[in-house]
Amino acid sequence: MRDVVIIGIGDIRVGEYWDKSLRHLAHDAIMAALKDAGVERVDAVVVGNTLASFLAEQGHLGALIADFVGLRGVEAVRVDAADASGAAAFRWGYMAVAGGLADVVLVVGVEQMSERSAEEVVRAHTSVLDQEFEGIHGATPNSVQALLMRRYMHEFGVAREDFGAFPINAHANAVGNPQAMFRRAISEKAYARAGLVAEPLNMFDVSPISDGAAAVILCPADKVNAYAHTDKAPVRVLASAVATDAVAVHDRKDPLFLQAAYLSSHAAYTQAGITPRDVDLFELHDSTSIMAALSLEACGFVARGRAVHFAREGGIARNGLIPISTMGGLKARGNPLGATGVYQIVELVRQLRGDAGDCQVKHARIGMAQNLGGTGATAITHILGIG
Amino acid sequence: MRVAGHWRLRKQRLTLQGEICPVCGAHIFPPRDVCPECGQPASTPYTFKGRGEVYSFSTVYETPDHFTKYKPYTVALVKLEEGPIITAQLTDVDPDEVEIGMPVEMVTRRLTEEGDEGLILYGYKFRPVMERVGR
Repeated sequence: MRDVVIIGIGDIRVGEYWDKSLRHLAHDAIMAALKDAGVERVDAVVVGNTLASFLAEQGHLGALIADFVGLRGVEAVRVDAADASGAAAFRWGYMAVAGGLADVVLVVGVEQMSERSAEEVVRAHTSVLDQEFEGIHGATPNSVQALLMRRYMHEFGVAREDFGAFPINAHANAVGNPQAMFRRAISEKAYARAGLVAEPLNMFDVSPISDGAAAVILCPADKVNAYAHTDKAPVRVLASAVATDAVAVHDRKDPLFLQAAYLSSHAAYTQAGITPRDVDLFELHDSTSIMAALSLEACGFVARGRAVHFAREGGIARNGLIPISTMGGLKARGNPLGATGVYQIVELVRQLRGDAGDCQVKHARIGMAQNLGGTGATAITHILGIG
Repeated sequence: MRVAGHWRLRKQRLTLQGEICPVCGAHIFPPRDVCPECGQPASTPYTFKGRGEVYSFSTVYETPDHFTKYKPYTVALVKLEEGPIITAQLTDVDPDEVEIGMPVEMVTRRLTEEGDEGLILYGYKFRPVMERVGR
């Protein structure tokens, strides 16, 4: 296997784009990434997307996007792993470069959700669940996560209000990120008053319906000088690991333990030769507050049942023991599903380059990203490093 | 209209038919081709008694379009007496009176429908266990 580095990143501000279609959003992120890397050729394009087949009735995104950005003829495919499609696309690009099948790979995650009604988006999004045994009963991604939250409160004696530590941290961090959808801090009082989405989850616990696109360029570590024309330091991919679990939480032995997140994070630690203590920041999958808590526990940062207390004590803040959602996370940067995993990578690269501006985590050398599909049935962990 | 896709699940939806693993004896719902406990082929049908307790629950306000007319409704994880946990709605109960551990039993109810012209879909929901009176 060859060592792989990221030589370029690009993204658009997450938000609502009524005047642009999916292909335009992808184009804008791709052009920014190509410019950032200064590359003149691309061997392959990997597209991450979750819902275009439902919401835009548009499949075949590999060829569509490659052609639209002027790369007609190049190898291009779309990769699907539900909400983790962005990280899956990144991993497929990584595998192509590491395995020697391609030298320069463009990975793009793109999603457009805002042009449909919330009810239509929620219906399409239930496709990440087990439709025959969850979706048919009216369960939605948020409500399944709400079931986990209620059980967590019951087993560990945690109050609903205490989960507010996660969105309050995410929103505070997003203030400094020009690419974030919500650049506004929220207060404990606002959190306590927010309307219910799926009890006990409220509006501030759940990530928003968003449009977005993010892209990265990969190449072999020993060929950076041949391909990249940039003064940015390359960022190394130290680990890449995927694991799966039962799609339906009712099929899991212990619904409050994200087994796939545990397996993929620990495989990644082994690959990188590190422990959780070596990780300077963690972009986790805070699709809801409870998923942030369960991710911290499964990945070994805190003991089971402790994540909410840990968050309230400041452990997740920019200067805490393990900073999370450092540029807003899914909650405040926004969660354009199939693009989210690539945004996480882009944000880690900004942090490791020292380009994160007001969001900068001091002395960041090793960053970890974890993208979850469905209710954590797919977990994809990447560890990046610099220097 | 997706007729066969719903028809082939009729035994699960209307009678809670699952499986017992012939090798390790695990009770399995929904049915699978491979036992989740021991990895052996699983194919012996077993009809669940339809009794259990609430493991967790959530009243849903943000719904898919084909459930909007039913909102708010309460989705639960129900732990069946035989062991498995299943996802189902609670019915015949005020959401404010639901609690974890509450005993519930299966009933057949309308789940949703495929628009005005399409199928009406029935299946299992759970309600609080009714007290037997008299005798």
